[in-house]
Amino acid sequence: MMKYDELLCKRVRDVPPSGIRKFFDVVADMPAAISLGVGEPDFTTPWAYNDAAIYSLRRGHTHYTSNWGMLSLRRAIASYLENRFGVSYDPTDEILVTVGASEGIDLSLRALIEPGDEVMVPDPAYVSYLPGITFAGGVCVPIPTYAEDDFRLTPERLRAAITPKTKALIFPYPNNPTGAVMRKEHVQAIADVLEGTNVLVIADEIYAELTYGNETHTAFASIPGMWERTITLNGFSKAFAMTGWRMGYACGPKEIVAVMCKIHQYTMLCAPTPGQYAALEALESGLANGFADVATMTRAYDRRRHLVIQGLEKAGLPCFEPNGAFYAFPNIKGTGMDSQTFCRKLLDEKQVACVPGDAFGSLGEGHIRMSYATSTIKILTALDRIREFVEEHGK
Amino acid sequence: MIDRIDLNILEALYEDARTPPARIAQMMNLPVDAINERIAELERRKVIAGYPAMINWSAADQETVEALIEVRISPQRGEGFDAIAEQIYNFDEVHSCFLTSGAYDLTVLVRGRSVKEVGLFVSEKLSTLEHVLSTATHFVLKRYKDDGIILEGTRRDYRMAVSP
Repeated sequence: MMKYDELLCKRVRDVPPSGIRKFFDVVADMPAAISLGVGEPDFTTPWAYNDAAIYSLRRGHTHYTSNWGMLSLRRAIASYLENRFGVSYDPTDEILVTVGASEGIDLSLRALIEPGDEVMVPDPAYVSYLPGITFAGGVCVPIPTYAEDDFRLTPERLRAAITPKTKALIFPYPNNPTGAVMRKEHVQAIADVLEGTNVLVIADEIYAELTYGNETHTAFASIPGMWERTITLNGFSKAFAMTGWRMGYACGPKEIVAVMCKIHQYTMLCAPTPGQYAALEALESGLANGFADVATMTRAYDRRRHLVIQGLEKAGLPCFEPNGAFYAFPNIKGTGMDSQTFCRKLLDEKQVACVPGDAFGSLGEGHIRMSYATSTIKILTALDRIREFVEEHGK
Repeated sequence: MIDRIDLNILEALYEDARTPPARIAQMMNLPVDAINERIAELERRKVIAGYPAMINWSAADQETVEALIEVRISPQRGEGFDAIAEQIYNFDEVHSCFLTSGAYDLTVLVRGRSVKEVGLFVSEKLSTLEHVLSTATHFVLKRYKDDGIILEGTRRDYRMAVSP
């Protein structure tokens, strides 16, 4: 009889199961439900990118690439970041092609953390940060963010969270699940707090292309003096509708990226070669046509975003205006239900799936995450049903 | 000039021509009157040229035959290709007519109820026109995709219902 408890790592076992996973199992049994729970674009990968990967297979490019990824792809990434966000990285030793931005998160944390080191993370935030920090032996220090501040990280709360054990800040904007963005002046205020400290910033900028209205993305590394303390994480999933390809990249000072690459080379070896060809096509065609596909997609999200904001208002669920990513994060406290109950009942009674906010941290409680990366007609139907649901359960 | 608002209106209507102006107004966070005015202006300028439904006639059990016809013509002095193109596109049988580069001049899409009907149109009406030098008729066997819409086969949403 095997004693698995004695075998398996306690630190990993102690991480609670994902709140999203639990919910997924319930939704999976209800194929007719309208899902606003999806964290990926509803657009399929533009065929030209698929075709570039297929062509690479035909030509026999089925081998390993450099640990860092193909140089041609790293060069294209460098041009892209310079062209779109005004940050410069040397393709030879400052850019590492990863298996999704997710691998970039893991590599950053493992490259930095000694047991007991603290990493600060805005709460609520994407589900992977806390487990990633824990797996690496670190301690996650949540920094609360609130709807009153448009879910921005404030300099005061950041300052209060820094201790002698602080190694890094994870800076994930535009934000999943809240849709918050940090404007240049807000980013500058965060930079001012960090100036003079030895705290590194892991800037998860996977939603950088998806900002709306007059908002534009400010890359953390573009703030003067911040490049040296920043790891920029990005990827192809959201902006190029390539989630399943698992293509991302990590950029930073060569001293840091070299250590990340050491882990990557012994665990992953390299990102899948066909995906690298697809990603290369995405960037090269985009650089040639001014990223027209991205612009069209962003306009479509923006139109749906307005429908969601107005629909939530009609339903009586307060929601701050999300200006990035493709999520709205309304407040459901007025219904008297917690987020798990709300989502569960909404699914049972109205066949609409949203993600309970508590899956994204304790401050996500009282909210639900609604993705508008789905068709207009489904969004409108779902909003009607949510309005009925809130009326029926109104107090 | 087309600005960002116009572009959004056009994209919304291209996605679904039945989208009511009130909904487009919601999508743009603008008053519905403003949207109505802009749509009217786009129609007046023929930027929006019409609102036909994309119908898959073969699924409607209607006998239809389509052919793409390559037409070589000799351009007329002072008029170029336009005058002869007009003589061709005025026929009701002609559903699309393009001036194209390459080995021939016009690409004409003709629709009829039978192969015979289309054949007669080409041999009696089209090829007998003055300035038409030659035609080559290609009957359409299957319409997979037209104007961005996939008619044969579907594209499913393969996404998982919930993901982080």
